[in-house]
Amino acid sequence: MATSVFALEPLWLALLLQALAALLLFLIGAVVVGYLEHKVLAHMQDRLGPMEAIWHGIGQLPADGLKFLQKEDIIPTAADRWVFALAPAVAVVPGVVVIAVLPFGPGLWLTDLDAGIFFALAASGVTVLGTLMAGWSSANKFSLMGGLRGAAQLISYELPLVLAAAAIVIQAGTLSLPGIVEAQHGFTLFGVPMIYGIPHIIGLGLFFVAALAELSRPPFDMPIADSELIAGHMTEYTGMRYAFFMLSEYAGMVILSALATVLFLGGWYPWPGVGLPEGAAGMVLGFVITFAKILVLSAIMVWLRATFPRMREDQLQRLSWSVLIPLGLLNIVLVATAKVWF
Amino acid sequence: MSVPEVVMLATGVVGGAAALLVVTSRNVVHSALYLVVALLAVAGVFLVLGAEFVAWAQVLVYVGAVVVLLLFGLMLTRAPIGPTGQGNELGKAMPLAVALAVFAGLVALIVTSYGGEVIALEHVPPAALGEVLYVAWALPFMTLGFLLTLALIGAVVIARREEGEGPLPEPDPDEPEAAEASPPDSSSWPQRQPEPTPDEREVSA
Amino acid sequence: MAAVYPLIFAALLFSVGVYGLLSRRHAVLVLMSIELMLAAVTVNLVTFWAIAGDALLTGQVFALFVMAIGAAEIGVGLAIIMLIYRNRASVNIDDADLMKY
Repeated sequence: MATSVFALEPLWLALLLQALAALLLFLIGAVVVGYLEHKVLAHMQDRLGPMEAIWHGIGQLPADGLKFLQKEDIIPTAADRWVFALAPAVAVVPGVVVIAVLPFGPGLWLTDLDAGIFFALAASGVTVLGTLMAGWSSANKFSLMGGLRGAAQLISYELPLVLAAAAIVIQAGTLSLPGIVEAQHGFTLFGVPMIYGIPHIIGLGLFFVAALAELSRPPFDMPIADSELIAGHMTEYTGMRYAFFMLSEYAGMVILSALATVLFLGGWYPWPGVGLPEGAAGMVLGFVITFAKILVLSAIMVWLRATFPRMREDQLQRLSWSVLIPLGLLNIVLVATAKVWF
Repeated sequence: MSVPEVVMLATGVVGGAAALLVVTSRNVVHSALYLVVALLAVAGVFLVLGAEFVAWAQVLVYVGAVVVLLLFGLMLTRAPIGPTGQGNELGKAMPLAVALAVFAGLVALIVTSYGGEVIALEHVPPAALGEVLYVAWALPFMTLGFLLTLALIGAVVIARREEGEGPLPEPDPDEPEAAEASPPDSSSWPQRQPEPTPDEREVSA
Repeated sequence: MAAVYPLIFAALLFSVGVYGLLSRRHAVLVLMSIELMLAAVTVNLVTFWAIAGDALLTGQVFALFVMAIGAAEIGVGLAIIMLIYRNRASVNIDDADLMKY
């Protein structure tokens, strides 16, 4: 297997470059997916979306960022100052950390952990702490409701997410993300090279639905619910701190789409069994393929937002505990049986 | 001092300070947030010792689930901003003496028994742990799964709202039926005095 | 690496947990103190595994078991606290004395 392009000497230089690259990838991914959401949502609703900033509004999100920078940073008098100020950072940091283990192409990852997928799921679960902190410290009933809903939602949807990923780990026989991509590259179904997403269609569905709920994306956006909770935990936030929450949401879409790409859609290979050229050309091509897959999945998330109305809180809990989790357990049994059988 | 020792000392100091803040903080939500730091420091110690899988399990189970559950519980049991009045008195001499005695005793024991001991750090890949866990430890592991199932059922049964039980209902002007549904045997329990609604305050003033 | 560092860290966590358990009256804080003590136990288990270099990885496996039991304990404990709060409008463990006398 290829080693990371960041495996250089001395160590501190490698670490510095890795940190910079993670931050850069985080920002670029978030901005690209944010733009995608603006435009795809707009076209689905038969409007144009941002058109003014540069060509077809591609400068819209950086411009928004500049605007957020100039806004006044308001901390409500009744709020708990420290927790309120720290919450956006707590929401953002896990995203930056998880990017470090995601493979974006052959050799294009910052570190290859032995327990990569486990680490990614563990760290992305920390994001909800930011939601809870923001919801509690805002001293606002709507915010508190948003935080509580976010916590309840995370606890119930972390399980199907992990169960769906566990089935793939059984199939691939490794927890390392590049390892899963390589295992998938050599996977054949009755002699035909196949991505995991086709035989594991249940797992893919579970993972995608649970990812939507983890991200509080519609139709699972009860913690934010603009029309009833006035954006929930984000109600009291202004300026850069609000922008941090938006960044963490878009980066979360990138991260979970990237995880789905690695687990189910063959990672940086166009199709299992189809190789990439060696060297830099392969890296660039691999990066383009991975990013294209990520964007397609993100576009589907936006599509669902444009299509489905918000669910009710009890429907959400029922869906997780009495449909998704039993299905996830059944999926693991099926996959393990099939793995031993064939 | 080697790199692992420096990392270990740093995480130890951060974790120890956070743990102290957990038990001394005047606000329970702050305590829970300090607990996050302390548990992350424990995960850091596992990483330094080479137990990678245990470290990530610590992050997933404790920081991701247990602390979120704790915060959820705190917010459901009223956790106002600012010092929490209820059950938060500090400065008792006895617990402090006991804790200091325990600490002194443990440190003396550790230094005499393991003073010169040196750990040869080795990294255990998760695959090795998995091979041991599902072969040599298979039976204890299944027992653990059984225990977790029992705990899940137990928690659901305990927390379920039963007939004739429930919160002491506060009179709600929008739903007059809610006040009538008060459980008949709740009179022996300490009644929570409902806050006067704004209309009532105006009438009394 | 000297073995005393993680062991003393565990001892500190444990005694802090003891202090919290004895001095605080908020039920959730008592649970948190127990969590600190359990964390100290897991640190000790992993450290002793690192010292002994056991081929069966007993310390790590036991640390995982302690974690699972700690999570189960939090689940059941919080359910009980919820029930007490629902019936008595208090999370002070001194108020839960109905079966005391």
